[in-house]
Amino acid sequence: MAPVLPSAAVAPPSTVAQRRSRTGYVLLFPGMTWLAVFFAIPFVTLFVTSLQTPVPGKSGRYQLGLEFGNYATALAEYWPAFVRSFAYAGIATLLALIIGYPLAYFIAFRSGRWRGLMLVLVIAPSFASFLLRTYAWKTILADESPVTSFFNALHLLPDGRILNTSIAVIAGLTYNFLPFMVLPLYAALERIDPRLIEAANDLYASPVTAFRKITWPLSMPGVVAGTLLTFIPAAGDYINAELLGSTKDRMVGNAIQTNFIEFRDYPTASALSFALMAAILILVFTYIRRAGTEDLV
Amino acid sequence: MAELSKTDQVEDLHLVNLTKRFGEVAAVDDLTLTIPAGSFFALLGASGCGKTTTLRMVAGLEDPTSGSIRIGDKDVTRLRAFKRPVNTVFQSYALFPHLDIFENVAFGLRRRGVKNIKPIVEAMLELVELGHLARRKPTQLSGGQQQRVAVARALINKPDVLLLDEPLGALDLKLRRQMQIELKRIQTEVGTTFVHVTHDQEEAMTMADTIAVMNAGRIEQMGSPAEIYELPRTVFVANFLGQSNLIEGRVSGAGEMLDVAAHERSFRLPRERSSATGASIILGVRPEKMTVLDAPDAARVPEGHNVLSGRVTDVSYTGVSTQYLVQASWGQELVVFEQNLIVGDRCEVGDEVVVHWSPRHSFGLDGNEDIHAGVDSAVLALESVDSAPAAGDGE
Ligand SMILES: Nc1ncnc2c1ncn2[C@@H]1O[C@H](COP(=O)(O)OP(=O)(O)O)[C@@H](O)[C@H]1O
Ligand SMILES: [Mg+2]
Repeated sequence: MAPVLPSAAVAPPSTVAQRRSRTGYVLLFPGMTWLAVFFAIPFVTLFVTSLQTPVPGKSGRYQLGLEFGNYATALAEYWPAFVRSFAYAGIATLLALIIGYPLAYFIAFRSGRWRGLMLVLVIAPSFASFLLRTYAWKTILADESPVTSFFNALHLLPDGRILNTSIAVIAGLTYNFLPFMVLPLYAALERIDPRLIEAANDLYASPVTAFRKITWPLSMPGVVAGTLLTFIPAAGDYINAELLGSTKDRMVGNAIQTNFIEFRDYPTASALSFALMAAILILVFTYIRRAGTEDLV
Repeated sequence: MAELSKTDQVEDLHLVNLTKRFGEVAAVDDLTLTIPAGSFFALLGASGCGKTTTLRMVAGLEDPTSGSIRIGDKDVTRLRAFKRPVNTVFQSYALFPHLDIFENVAFGLRRRGVKNIKPIVEAMLELVELGHLARRKPTQLSGGQQQRVAVARALINKPDVLLLDEPLGALDLKLRRQMQIELKRIQTEVGTTFVHVTHDQEEAMTMADTIAVMNAGRIEQMGSPAEIYELPRTVFVANFLGQSNLIEGRVSGAGEMLDVAAHERSFRLPRERSSATGASIILGVRPEKMTVLDAPDAARVPEGHNVLSGRVTDVSYTGVSTQYLVQASWGQELVVFEQNLIVGDRCEVGDEVVVHWSPRHSFGLDGNEDIHAGVDSAVLALESVDSAPAAGDGE
């Protein structure tokens, strides 16, 4: 039912196509410029920096080089931070999914006229700065806080405390990135036609089966988007580990920050950044492959 | 095809005093209805009269406010949807977009743990002529094909009752006619009770064995298409199903024939064709039952026919018939359809004419009813038929 445009009927098709593609390039220009200035150039700079060698005799000065050894050294020293980054981010993502899915489900299907308000409440914490919110968790999880006392009363804490443990870091990551999980989940769930669930019920699927066979698979794009949007920034985060963890809970982000700001070891910091980026990319691609939803994301 | 042979045993579906309220609105109002086993039953009514709500209650997707639903002598009123031996073809099809056609059709069988489903699904896909599309996704199918998948997906479970909610509403006219025949064929082949909801009276008439005309949550009249058309029992039915000329009058006479006095004329009507209870009556006659004659030919009116005189105000030739608008002596406009049997010699606008019809084609309705009941609904129903293809997915 494609409408036939009168102009297309008059002008030779090739001219129209050419004009159209030229318009396309013009429209692409601002976006491409943005990408070049803020992504491609820094990306190349980062990579070049990661291969630099120290200028002999002048600490804190580096020169152009091809020192791939920077990567080996950085990874040899900081691999535990890498492992922690991925473990903490992974656990936080899983927790955010477990907390976020029912929440998004409720907002999408059950909230009625409170829907708008509930969505605002999900986003509301983001109006306060990330740093501030994380500081607040320092208080919430402090040694004498009600939360800590509660878990201690149940003898659930091996160290008798939460602050300055990996639990606090994971809790902070989960909390801070929860909206990034809930919003895509909500968007995916909200798009599901409730009549599909009725149709499943009509075809002998109990509510649980209907969820497993219909709702869950149809919400997969939201699950994939939500887990990625949570995992990627969580894996690169350093504020939660900095404020809520001990020195034993340092993540790659902290290592990069220390090398960059304190040691002024730019090649190591760059190598770590680049390695983190590569690791995340590989992980994300395998994950999307597994989820089998490349076309849905 | 063995699996698709006639359903083992079918049972009547009984709705007893079924009521559903949404707040103040009674969407379905004290509905009592028996749908005979194995019949093709049409629930016909204008948009918003409660058809979908009725079906949803039978399917178990909506809880009745009161009343009960029985299949045979099993009360299913409180049975959850997924435990009812009833399947639905939804108004919008509601095919599962992430499953291919095969899996859509297999869905019900898998849920019930039926073994070796491949041949059953394949046979069902053959029945609806979609075998070659088994591995397509629903969005890759045309509207008519999706519609057949929806039918196959429901029918494969051999339900006691198959519910179809305006299944053809989203199709264009030609496809709709084709699918009407198709559905009728499938129903005859499997012998399942079909309850078909529609606002299209022509669709109901061509497909159903039995039609129930529904209005404002109630059943106005139920019967075979011919019964309902030939002998409407309410003004709503007379106006909604086809067209009727309705004349208000007063009834007298005690014999087999009633006399109706209207506008200083007298018309006759067999007693058994009248549902009027008091003295006031609405006399009805279908347009195609009437004959128009030039006034000078009045002598040719057969003995005993009802006659009135008037003037032709409009003539439209439609090929099969000529449709006249005749203004009766008292000012009311009547519609007359005449088959084009005569060559030439057609009446023209302005002609003085007499219109006559046999008393056996008259029907009597309760004079206390609103004489315009159902007219707007019929027009609305027609309009929504016309706009259906443009509207795409319908309601
Ligand atoms: N979930 C609902 N909430 C409130 N009113 C409803 C609901 N479903 C239907 N209705 C009302 O009930 C009446 C009958 O609706 P429906 O059964 O869908 O009619 P039909 O299928 O004949 O067009 C309408 O007036 C409609 O507005
Ligand atoms: Mg409806």
